[in-house]
Amino acid sequence: MPNDIMDNIEKHTIAVLVDNEPGVLARVIGLFSGRGYNIENLSVAEVDDNAHLSRITIVTTGTRQIIDQIKAQLSRLVPVHKVRDLTEDGPSVERELALIKVAGVGEKRIESLRLADIFKARVVDATLNSFIFELTGSTAEVDDFIGLMRQLGLVETCRTGVVAMSRGGVGF
Amino acid sequence: MAEQKLTGADIIIKALRDQGVDIIFGYPGGAVLPIYDALFQQNDIRHILVRHEQAAVHAAEGYARSTGKVGCVLVTSGPGATNAVTGLLDALCDSIPIVCLSGQVPTHLIGNDAFQEADTTGITRPCTKHNYLVKDVKDLARTLHEAFYVARTGRPGPVVVDLPKDVQFAPGPYTPPVEVKHKTYRPQVKPDIAKIEEAVELMANAKRPIFYTGGGVINAGPFASKLLTQFVKLTGFPITSTLMGLGAFPASEQQWLGMLGMHGTYEANLAMYGCDVMINIGARFDDRVTGRVDAFSPGSKKIHVDIDPSSINKNILVDIPIVGDCAYALEDMMRVWKAKAKRADQNALKEWWAQINKWRDRDCLSYRPSDTTIKPQFALERLREALKGKDFYISTEVGQHQMWAAQFLPFDQPNRWLTSGGLGTMGYGLPAAIGAQLAHPEAVVVDVSGEASFLMNMQELGTAVQHRAPIKIFILNNQYMGMVRQWQELLHGSRYSSSYSEALPDFVKLAESWGCAGLRATKPSEMDDVIAQMLAINDRPVLVDVAVDQKENCFPMIPGGKAHNEILLGPSEDLGEATPEDGMVLV
Repeated sequence: MPNDIMDNIEKHTIAVLVDNEPGVLARVIGLFSGRGYNIENLSVAEVDDNAHLSRITIVTTGTRQIIDQIKAQLSRLVPVHKVRDLTEDGPSVERELALIKVAGVGEKRIESLRLADIFKARVVDATLNSFIFELTGSTAEVDDFIGLMRQLGLVETCRTGVVAMSRGGVGF
Repeated sequence: MAEQKLTGADIIIKALRDQGVDIIFGYPGGAVLPIYDALFQQNDIRHILVRHEQAAVHAAEGYARSTGKVGCVLVTSGPGATNAVTGLLDALCDSIPIVCLSGQVPTHLIGNDAFQEADTTGITRPCTKHNYLVKDVKDLARTLHEAFYVARTGRPGPVVVDLPKDVQFAPGPYTPPVEVKHKTYRPQVKPDIAKIEEAVELMANAKRPIFYTGGGVINAGPFASKLLTQFVKLTGFPITSTLMGLGAFPASEQQWLGMLGMHGTYEANLAMYGCDVMINIGARFDDRVTGRVDAFSPGSKKIHVDIDPSSINKNILVDIPIVGDCAYALEDMMRVWKAKAKRADQNALKEWWAQINKWRDRDCLSYRPSDTTIKPQFALERLREALKGKDFYISTEVGQHQMWAAQFLPFDQPNRWLTSGGLGTMGYGLPAAIGAQLAHPEAVVVDVSGEASFLMNMQELGTAVQHRAPIKIFILNNQYMGMVRQWQELLHGSRYSSSYSEALPDFVKLAESWGCAGLRATKPSEMDDVIAQMLAINDRPVLVDVAVDQKENCFPMIPGGKAHNEILLGPSEDLGEATPEDGMVLV
């Protein structure tokens, strides 16, 4: 493989199905920190309470060689069932949920509500001088919305990190 | 009928017995007293009391390496477990199957900063292949069997099972080991036959081929070494190996080029640099082997067989990756080679051997002999002669003596060479020798040592005496941390910062104080006699203090940041300018 391909930094979304047992997240995170890999964001929750399976979605960056290493290293952890590179294995959908608190009165308050409508963000809390918006979308959409709110009285932000799934009828 | 209930401690003993454990290395303490009580009341498993928990793991490694079985360790909570950490990481780096049972404070005290509490699973997570905390006695038997399965399957490694004291007392059910399919951990052992065929094709068209083999062949069992030997002879190709792989192919064979890497032979390293097809069987392109990665064997197509997919394309990109157990891969390769009646280009091979023999003629392991000072190489040559025809095992510590032992002692069989490669743990050799001796009571087990390494775990002489392990400790005493001194001489202007072994004990008296035999050699003429005496003593451990040349350096050497073809053969070659600054930062 030519070197220039190997030196390109790529961003990949990786889904990992693991046994939901104590320490499993520490194993995954320790692998990334111990070997110097990046975690851009990560989300995790149990997805099958009968089989005690959790699904971890990790967005990471690295050269092709590093990404391959990450997948191989994840695969050899004992409680890991499956590793899937959603960026590489065909099309996928990625979503992130964010809560965004904006405070202000008058024109800024009205403008934030207008923009929320355009972005299809829901108002989940309102006071006379603040809103909390709930927005679901791609990372870029969430970034854009937060960027706009920054000028309209952004107070705080909370994001879940990406959850992702491959398109089509085939499962994990 | 009601299910038979045992205590947790009884379940542990039963599980160990059912897993074929005959020796366990350990050290008691508050959190493992129930297990020690259960050990006391049975005779199937022999407990070897060590003097420090690190040594318990190294002894278990020596046992595991020399037998191919899983080594077993028992330590208490807190300091017992933390002391074991170095050994565990050593076993992880060298892929040695170990099950380490550690005591833990009772479950209701976990997280309370209780006496002798440590977050053992947290601390050992990056130092083990896997670890468990058993919080319910119902899970105990299954977890223990699973621990043994994980330790020995695929790429072997250490597994910790942390056992809270209340679980050891609690009554619970026992389930015997069954051939269970682990729900997630099922490494691929059988290689992809299409890749094997591709590899064979490449080999048959090679002009300058070389086998580069490693510890994976040893770990695949003695049969893999046999297959390797047959296949290498069948092809007529040259073969070199890593430090970990010594003994898989007989060193007495003509096709053997010696070890490769930083202190490997001239012929092995230049053949690696100049080859056109490299067949890596069970080695991992470690930085001690590759030297400068971008200048590593630039003109070759590379085949890589490894049971661990994460080893493939990690350091060096290869052309034909083959995931699988070395024994299966070698068997398939040989079958395809024979079935297709493959034969490498004999003229090209002849030329290649002619070139290799020219490199061999440089006699890279030669040294300046002396009548007055014992050269370390000379001491090992005499040891080699004395061991001829004997059933022997060699362990080493870490440093110059280790590299000289790898260069000068020949291994014709696998599982005979016990050394700390990946982690480079000083103090490894003495406990490892004890583990090997207890597994092979009739064999000659020699710990080739340096005086500084020996001091790191010398308390284990007590273990050797107590358990009647007549090991031989062969100290090449140059009164320096030799490899540190060598690097300081070559790279740091001979400023010997803290590398002189000050305040050394009288090793002969030290040995005698434990009830061991102590011998000393100070002149070359005494060497044979002292070695003969050493080998004649079989009722107690023997320590030999060999006063060797203080300033001898270990060559050949590929300096940090250099390529294989920049190998230095001896002190006469200028090194001062030779190491670039970016090479100096490498270790």
